[in-house]
Amino acid sequence: MSTPNSMPSTCASALLRVRGLTVSYDARDHQPAPALRQVDLEIAPGEIVGILGESGSGKSTLALSILGLLPESAQVEGSIFLQGENLSSLAESRWAAVRGARIAMIFQEPGLALSPVMRAGDQIGEVIRAHRSQGSRQRKQEVQSALKDAGIADVERIYRAYPHQLSGGELHRVAIAQALVCRPALVIADEPTRSLDVTMQSEIQNALLDIHRKYGSALLFITHNPALLAGFADRVLVMYAGRIVEAGPVAQMYRRPLHPYTRGLLQLVPEPVMHSGHISGFARRKRLAAIPGSLTRFDPLGLGCAFEPRCSARTTNCQIESPEEIAPEPDRRVSCFNYGN
Amino acid sequence: MGTEAAATRALQPALMRTRGLGKRYLQRTPFSQQSFAIAALVNVDFEIAPGCLTALVGESGSGKSTLASCLAMMEKPDSGEIWFEGNEISHWSKRKLAPLRPKIQLVFQDSAGALDPRFSAAQIIEEPLEIQRRESRQALRARARELMEEVGLSPDWANRSPLQLSGGQRQRLAIARAIALKPSLLILDESLSGLDLSTQAQILNLLLDLKAARSLTVLLISHDLSLVGQVADFVAVMHQGRIVESGSTRQVLASAQHPQTGKLLASVRVLEAAFQTARAGGRG
Amino acid sequence: MMPSMTSGVKSPIRYLERRAIHALLLLLGASLLSFLFSSLAPGSFFDEMKLNPQISPETVAALRAQYGLDQPLPVRYVRWVKSVFRGEWGYSFAYNQPVRSLLMVRARNTLLLTTLAMALAWLIAVPIGVWIASRRGRWDDQLASASTSLLLSVPELVLALGLLYLVIRTHALPVGGMVSTGFDRLGSWEKVRDLAAHLIVPVTTLVLASLPILIRHVRASMMEVLQAPFIQAARGHGIGRSRLLFCYALPAAANPLISLFGLSVAGLLSGSLLVEVITGWPGLGPLLLEACFSRDIYVVIGVVMASTMFMILGSLLADVMLLVADPRIRTDHA
Repeated sequence: MSTPNSMPSTCASALLRVRGLTVSYDARDHQPAPALRQVDLEIAPGEIVGILGESGSGKSTLALSILGLLPESAQVEGSIFLQGENLSSLAESRWAAVRGARIAMIFQEPGLALSPVMRAGDQIGEVIRAHRSQGSRQRKQEVQSALKDAGIADVERIYRAYPHQLSGGELHRVAIAQALVCRPALVIADEPTRSLDVTMQSEIQNALLDIHRKYGSALLFITHNPALLAGFADRVLVMYAGRIVEAGPVAQMYRRPLHPYTRGLLQLVPEPVMHSGHISGFARRKRLAAIPGSLTRFDPLGLGCAFEPRCSARTTNCQIESPEEIAPEPDRRVSCFNYGN
Repeated sequence: MGTEAAATRALQPALMRTRGLGKRYLQRTPFSQQSFAIAALVNVDFEIAPGCLTALVGESGSGKSTLASCLAMMEKPDSGEIWFEGNEISHWSKRKLAPLRPKIQLVFQDSAGALDPRFSAAQIIEEPLEIQRRESRQALRARARELMEEVGLSPDWANRSPLQLSGGQRQRLAIARAIALKPSLLILDESLSGLDLSTQAQILNLLLDLKAARSLTVLLISHDLSLVGQVADFVAVMHQGRIVESGSTRQVLASAQHPQTGKLLASVRVLEAAFQTARAGGRG
Repeated sequence: MMPSMTSGVKSPIRYLERRAIHALLLLLGASLLSFLFSSLAPGSFFDEMKLNPQISPETVAALRAQYGLDQPLPVRYVRWVKSVFRGEWGYSFAYNQPVRSLLMVRARNTLLLTTLAMALAWLIAVPIGVWIASRRGRWDDQLASASTSLLLSVPELVLALGLLYLVIRTHALPVGGMVSTGFDRLGSWEKVRDLAAHLIVPVTTLVLASLPILIRHVRASMMEVLQAPFIQAARGHGIGRSRLLFCYALPAAANPLISLFGLSVAGLLSGSLLVEVITGWPGLGPLLLEACFSRDIYVVIGVVMASTMFMILGSLLADVMLLVADPRIRTDHA
């Protein structure tokens, strides 16, 4: 069992605690493929935690597990505790009280996450309706104030609009308003900026930061781009093939990554050429420093480290044994035999 | 080497050029007789230097895709000129344009939507070859497998449907199909958006390799200035249907004269922010 | 991209005006075609009489001239149109009265039957369809699928005959016709009971015949919508199950169902012909059949035109309902 000595010292009052979470999807023609393997994670109240991972790393499965939204055919082991309450044994009828009210999720494509035949304001109102009984006028006021908090200026127009009448940025803000309207303790944002222009990405992240400051919700921000977590998250967990391969505070990790995968990811972020505090160019490259290979050739039942085929620091035992998680420094965890090399 | 080569290439005649290109779209609301005009392109002067990687950046709605459609001869502009290989082609009929089409190929963002899921990977690559040439089935299949290898797809996957491929693999397949007819210009319309960083880097490297190996000219359309800023020779910035700034990448990024360029640059997220805030002791 | 508006919106009235003009043109075309085709069919109303040796050919010819059957087609058409404007809609030889009064009574009877059947069918099909769509693959879904397949495979004819047989055997209900003899002498509550008793067999047949198709359509449309990301997103916000089904999924699944509804309305006059004939319900069905056999052509044309009007109505209703229900069609696309 992995020792929790590397966890932040707020262990006792953790908002969310995940232990040994293992999820396998039922695959018809072959053995079940594990999407998550022995995931341990903790989020303190009001913390911003980033999950860094590419497609196939299991990050969306993690998000869905925390909300109990996995399909029935999924096999789940391990436990999830929210403010001390065990969510893994929760009946479906009790889940509705948790979702949207204590844990809220911002889905990847807000345009698809909203009903096309209902007005935006009504859809936000539905979330309130599901958790509190209120008069419709009061509900409308709450929705409008949520839209304002999410950074919308023209509240009345957005309230009455249908999703297809809204731009990408507006849709994202509606999704944010929906998530915060019941003041949840934890907001999970699954790649909230993926389909947006770079200019909108910063705006949306700032909106999330505003919410965090105003309401003190903890934030679990999932992304594939390390740059988005810089200046945003407190801690980062790096996921690969269903496992957490490195965890630690963001500045320390970015300055000195321990796992070769983390290092590879960080090298992908363009290096800016600065000039009096502004970007005036990017380091020109003949070839980009891509991590060779891809996740799709990974054999989930293989014995060794999942990253080994693509790793630049691999040694012979990486193929045979899977590295255990260790804490080489306080507050940092890594699963690698050759970390730091 | 970079600046000299770029400067030399800049002196050569452009592969493709537009002058004063304009295009409007009319939208009608149902039941009413009214329609409103959306100006997608306004007086666009644009050049693509041969053998270089040119980037076209701008926010969504700036007109990049419309410009790409006009360059790929999929739409006719309302005004202005398009020059390709010394001919002004903006008013050419479909028949006259037909022999030019293999030379300019377009790859879209939504690979899942652009590739027919009923066909296998190899069949998708063979399709343009079948139309343009008369070759035996085996010869076509061999060509398809060669192309798959060239773009980094395992030829064993020749019979896989696009749905069974990942996003990055689908884009490689789309590129394989696009280069099958040996085009001189490859246009990629936001083809890298939505891919993981690592996949983006791999596909960009592939484009750089193809550019060198096949003397291919590449036009990369994106909203991400930091991505293209590392590899593009020339960049043009679009805003509300106009080209507001253009030139060599180094120049444009260093001077950033137009506020839109400044805005795009300011939105770039960099890792340094992590260390600055650590020094400042937490977020403001 | 900045849109520039060119003029104001004056939509709904203009739209209805256009639809009204289309409808008139359609009715015109339908009347011409039905006139043409019914004249193409050999024989006329009085031909039966020719077989009777007691009636002289001159009498037959005189009768034909009296009713204008010897006139050329265009003349007859114009006279018919004039008759329509007069409110008579042609003349029935068999019943010796203007077609209109005949049609109205029969149409009322048919509508009584079909609107009841349609309402019942939809009221039963929608909740069942929604429910089994949410229970995909489980036992109740499989049971429902099997039952609908079974029902679908039984022809309407057999259903009607089967029910009639059952009723005759058990003497549970009166057989045939709309009302019992001596209806007029009954008290009002008993009148209703009598009518209801006669309605049971034909309505049940119609409902059973249309249920499987409706249930399948509802199920298919709902299943497609239940796969959509917004349903899972709503679930992720804590929206309860029944609200998810009826307030989120069903409205989004409504489009194909509304079109189907329009088709149901369109078929209100024409869909029950077989059932009416078999159960002896005095509606448009038996009238049409009789008129076809006896070449009572103005009755035939009248029934065809009435059905066409309902078809137009049904299609218009579906279009208007789609406008109301789907904001994507109603508003301009951003």
